[in-house]
Amino acid sequence: MKIHEYQAKAILKKYGVAVPRGEVAETREEAEAVAKSLFAAGASGVVVKAQIHAGGRGKGGGVKIAKSAQEAGDLAAKMLGMTLITHQTGPEGRIVRRLLIEETLPIEKELYIGILVDRGEGKPVFMASAAGGMDIEQVAAESPEAILKEYIDPGMGLEAFQARKLAFQLGMKPQLVNQAVQFMSGLYKVFESTDGSLVEINPFITTTDGRLFALDAKINFDDNALFRHPDLRELRDITEEDPLEVEASKYSLNYIKLDGNVGCMVNGAGLAMATMDIIKYAGGMPANFLDVGGGANAEQVTHAFEILLSDQNVKAVLINIFGGILRVDTLATGVVEAAKKTHIQLPIVLRLEGTNVEAGRQILKDSGLNFMVAETMKDAAEKVVAAAKG
Amino acid sequence: MAILVDKNTRLIVQGLTGREGTFHAKASAAYGTQVVGGVTPGKGGTTHEGWPIFNTVQQAVDKTGANTSVIFVPPPFAADAIMEAADAEIELIVCITEGIPTLDMVKAWEFLQTRRSRLIGPNCPGIISPGKCKVGIMPANIHKEGNIGIVSRSGTLTYEAVYQLSTRGIGQSTAIGIGGDPIIGTNFTDALELFNKDPQTEAVIMIGEIGGNAEETAAEYVKKHMKKPVVGFIAGQTAPPGRRMGHAGAIISGGKGTASEKIKAMEAAGIKVAKSPAVIAETLFSVIGVPTTK
Repeated sequence: MKIHEYQAKAILKKYGVAVPRGEVAETREEAEAVAKSLFAAGASGVVVKAQIHAGGRGKGGGVKIAKSAQEAGDLAAKMLGMTLITHQTGPEGRIVRRLLIEETLPIEKELYIGILVDRGEGKPVFMASAAGGMDIEQVAAESPEAILKEYIDPGMGLEAFQARKLAFQLGMKPQLVNQAVQFMSGLYKVFESTDGSLVEINPFITTTDGRLFALDAKINFDDNALFRHPDLRELRDITEEDPLEVEASKYSLNYIKLDGNVGCMVNGAGLAMATMDIIKYAGGMPANFLDVGGGANAEQVTHAFEILLSDQNVKAVLINIFGGILRVDTLATGVVEAAKKTHIQLPIVLRLEGTNVEAGRQILKDSGLNFMVAETMKDAAEKVVAAAKG
Repeated sequence: MAILVDKNTRLIVQGLTGREGTFHAKASAAYGTQVVGGVTPGKGGTTHEGWPIFNTVQQAVDKTGANTSVIFVPPPFAADAIMEAADAEIELIVCITEGIPTLDMVKAWEFLQTRRSRLIGPNCPGIISPGKCKVGIMPANIHKEGNIGIVSRSGTLTYEAVYQLSTRGIGQSTAIGIGGDPIIGTNFTDALELFNKDPQTEAVIMIGEIGGNAEETAAEYVKKHMKKPVVGFIAGQTAPPGRRMGHAGAIISGGKGTASEKIKAMEAAGIKVAKSPAVIAETLFSVIGVPTTK
């Protein structure tokens, strides 16, 4: 699960990690009031930052500096409601609904810190780089040696010596090192206590007056661990998610909207990806990823069907099921019910194999509905792509 | 021969008294697997469907001589169940549970380094040596005893490959689903090493997907050490970056873990990669020379 920068910063603050002074604002008036109080508290400038779940906001015009409260208000008025397009939002962009108004700081150095689980090592890894502010993925690709790594013993956490080592390698002044150790220990605590899947501070800055701050903050949580963090679940902002994906998640369906016109419904993530692949291989484009899971019931299949069809781009549907735990006759019953309920007019191609496949095929046949039954995945993909082309 | 599970497997089921546990314990027993008991804390001393239930894995091992455990415990408790099995020196632990928090698995993984057990999974269909033993949730009837090893990150895609082989008269030595999570016990390389040493296995199919670099590491192993033909398939060639495709581990992040990178690494190691999931069997036959007639 992703959260906004202002929410991430509130969490950092709770764990003693320094963040610039600031408040979130949803209107021009609020923005102006926050700026006013920051100037009154001695800020020499304020920065107005659009809050959307995507990076690259600065380049897209979502981060601007103001020298007065009035100017901050003007910027806020322009930014609120605008569609912000960055390299991470896709061409449709995201609507800006909230702003973070923060004090500006006298930046000396921009650094990078990130924590995530290294899959190969099976451990959390603390990464740091002196190339802060830049696209860290680009740094990793071009000069991987510029990224420092400390692997963390999950039983011990980040040790002070590890943080010290990173701080010195980052070229920090000796008088800042203890502060840096505290900063990094706080960050690791955030990662551990919130079941983070990613905690990233880019940039992590030193100021000319010898202080350290998380200038930006990104925290993603492990979806599998959210059951033990009811407070963090509250931070979800569904306006940042695709409405169909939100709907699917209500029924424990794994749905991801894509750009093509061949809707697909599959059981199992691997087979669902492979089905998308074979649609492309047959000359079409998948409209979605949809894994109904191993244990889906007729009701879930019906919901899955409805979600799939509410995508207006879908011109034909491919159902590819390899019945294991999910029996083919159960699936067939769900499909028939859903097809009748939704009065579907689109062509539907089914490819069914596995447990109770004969009974499943019989149910489809007896339904009187016009399904196309395919023998193999290849046959199914070719049929559905042809049908989508009409 | 086959690998990891066979006629000598003595299986306990952690979570046997649950719905899934009961269903799959029965299915495994029906396949001929020696299911010797179950573990459900608090229900020790009772019997369930004729099997003795124990409070702890240690008791189950002491009383039944179990050497393998399959875990059907809900996600919040599953990592603990893995550690308990490892502590009782179970040789092979197969964890089916999907949705275990990653940091729980990090701890369990660390714990396993200090014990002698091998873990398969989590978030996997399990392992089957056709004709001998089934530990997991795969549909047994599609399998056929034979000489092809299969290792895969995906459940239903493994069934797909098995089915393509069996319907063409070609059997499998062992099929392992290693699981779709970012942290798993047995990886591709581990499985390939075992298949390399197994006299029954003549060739191996490896089925990967986007995310991580386990396929690339396995390709290195194949290049250096593998004595048997390996063919492969990678799912997710059309998957968008930054999105988790169902499996917690199936995500292209930071431009890394793409299907094309994996296919490139595998081909460079001499692994022939099927272009489409429909031709996994044909790709194998094109390498080992089995006629493709049905």
